[in-house]
Amino acid sequence: MLINYYIFLSLALFCIGIVGVLTRRNAIIIFMCIELMLNAVNLLLVAFSKMHHLTAAAADPNAIAGTDAQIFVFFIMVVAAAEVSVGLAIIVMMYRNVHSTDVNFLNRLKH
Amino acid sequence: MQNAFQIVYLIPLFPLIGFLLNGLLRKHLPRPAISLIGCTSILASFLMSVWVFIGVKNGNTHVAEYFDFIRVGKLVIPFAFQIDALSSLFLLIITGVGFLIHVYSTSYMHGEKPEHFARYFSFLNLFVFSMLLLVMGANYVIMFIGWEGVGLCSYLLIGYWFKNQEYNKAANKAFIMNRIGDLAFLIAIFWLIAKGGSANYSDLESFVTKLSGTDITVITMLLFIGATCKSAQIPLYTWLPDAMAGPTPVSALIHAATMVTAGIYMIARSNILYSLSPLTMNVVAYVGLATALLAATIALKQNDIKKVLAYSTVSQLGFMFLALGCGAYTAAVFHVMTHAFFKALLFLGSGSVIHAMGGVQDIRQMGGLSGKLKVTFITFLIGCIAIAGIPPFSGFFSKDAILLSAFEKNPVMYGVALFTALLTAFYMFRLLFVTFTGSFRGTEEQKHHLHESPAAMTIPLVILAVLSVIGGLVGIPEVLMQGGDKLASFLSPVIAAHESPNPVSHSTELGLMGLSTALVLGMIVFAWVKFKNYKSKEETGFGKVLENKWYVDELYEKIIVQPLQQAATFLKNVIEKNIIDGLVNGVGKATQYGSRQLRLLQSGQVGSYVLLMIVSMVVIFAFQFFLRK
Repeated sequence: MLINYYIFLSLALFCIGIVGVLTRRNAIIIFMCIELMLNAVNLLLVAFSKMHHLTAAAADPNAIAGTDAQIFVFFIMVVAAAEVSVGLAIIVMMYRNVHSTDVNFLNRLKH
Repeated sequence: MQNAFQIVYLIPLFPLIGFLLNGLLRKHLPRPAISLIGCTSILASFLMSVWVFIGVKNGNTHVAEYFDFIRVGKLVIPFAFQIDALSSLFLLIITGVGFLIHVYSTSYMHGEKPEHFARYFSFLNLFVFSMLLLVMGANYVIMFIGWEGVGLCSYLLIGYWFKNQEYNKAANKAFIMNRIGDLAFLIAIFWLIAKGGSANYSDLESFVTKLSGTDITVITMLLFIGATCKSAQIPLYTWLPDAMAGPTPVSALIHAATMVTAGIYMIARSNILYSLSPLTMNVVAYVGLATALLAATIALKQNDIKKVLAYSTVSQLGFMFLALGCGAYTAAVFHVMTHAFFKALLFLGSGSVIHAMGGVQDIRQMGGLSGKLKVTFITFLIGCIAIAGIPPFSGFFSKDAILLSAFEKNPVMYGVALFTALLTAFYMFRLLFVTFTGSFRGTEEQKHHLHESPAAMTIPLVILAVLSVIGGLVGIPEVLMQGGDKLASFLSPVIAAHESPNPVSHSTELGLMGLSTALVLGMIVFAWVKFKNYKSKEETGFGKVLENKWYVDELYEKIIVQPLQQAATFLKNVIEKNIIDGLVNGVGKATQYGSRQLRLLQSGQVGSYVLLMIVSMVVIFAFQFFLRK
């Protein structure tokens, strides 16, 4: 298995996420891009975890080395889910107030 | 007698209490209470001093240590008082003359408002306290505390009439010039501590093995610079004549009898070191001689009664330094003592004259005062005879001892010193005749106002006059009386006997005495002929140069004060305005500009924040990746 493919895929996903966050003004799309970045990281974690586990298992079939990253991914998913619920609530509130999901309307952070 | 030594701290404590009482309660005390506090405190320490003196005379000495003043590493500087022959003698002079002058002041200053009257007495008490600290201290550090204290009191009392700007300037001049000497003194103490590890007088003898010859020369020279300032020697003497701005009793106490002799005390105290440095001894002798001569010539033509006495003081101090430089420490201390008597007497007498004249100090407006001011005249006459050096008055013995030591060192020096002594006789009797004989030259109103001073002023005069007459009898030279030089034997534990390199025979000594006495008498007659009917006239030629004090003040003004002021102006206008201000304002402007630019970053756009965040993270990663190996 070539780890390179996974790395490039997650890098691509992450960059798409960043560019999306930077260029789009719709809050929902920005949100989706953030999720994309999180999942790019998750993908990378799982890929590396699998790789380390394979090398360890080759020496000892009962080895559990490298599996902890996969547990970590579950934590990220849980946190992301929680974040989504809060973020969507914010977006709903924002829409109620300004009747738009355009983040540039919210430039009052400087005051 | 041990118990006198155990409570020796009371001697300086009394004046300190007097200072505190008068100083703190100056707005509440009535005038008699102030006088009482001021005088009693000094009288108490005088009585203590007599007690201590008797103890010392019986052969006891004492070092009273109270606490460690400074303790750093191996260096310990105790707060201790040393009572021995030298300090007990000075204690007597300071408290004795000081007491008489306090009594005199109660009458002389009676015109002052009570609070100023109290201020005057508190300063005077503080002065006596500092002076006692100076002579009682058992090491140079304690001496330095007193040294600074007397300088401060001198400043405060010269500027006592602070509403007169000229007087304030005179006070500043005295204080600032004294700083120069204080610095030298301080460096000498540091040097001594650095090389010898102690500042105690008791360790001086052991220093001889610790210090190299160069060290001793440097230390003694620095101490001498300190002494030239306090004791008004060339080149730092010009503050003393200006110090006459203070009230006359102050001039008598501080600027004639006690404070200005601090330098002589210091050198006499360090005589072990000085004896080891012939170079310094020569410098001391020549500076003293030059000062004596210069000041005497200036005194010839002064017309202010106090200025004449001031220059006379400078000149007499020069004599004392001459004696120190010749190794005749005892003669110097002897002259300090007799000088304290007759110069205090002369100053107080002049105060009495000024009092009678309603504040006039110019002798050209006086004349013929002997009729109205009988006591003052007679005591002043005694003072003049004493300072001129006619036997058996006190000045004769001390001056003769100095002249003899000069003769033993170098006959040329003796010649110059003798000439100066003749000038002394001349200007003192000029002062006496111009002031007290002839006809009155002031206004009718002043003539009407002339009166003898009250008893509080004349009694100190009479006591000082008696002392001026008999004060010299403690130091009759061996040639006149076997064992007559009681002072020398009294001081011998502290001051090693003066061993002359080429002692003179008794007949020469007698001849020198006869010569100086005859010449002085001649000078007095000459002064009588010249000044019995004095008419003031404009001075011309050389006389004018003398009247203007050799233009030394003007010279100092030109070569020191003006360049200093120009440098200060340059610093103020160029360095301060352009460089310092530019730097300070530049920092302010740069900060303002920078913040104005930085402010633009905070746009409020979430996108730009995120962009910045990402860019920074990329930069940090790049940094980590490429630069960290």
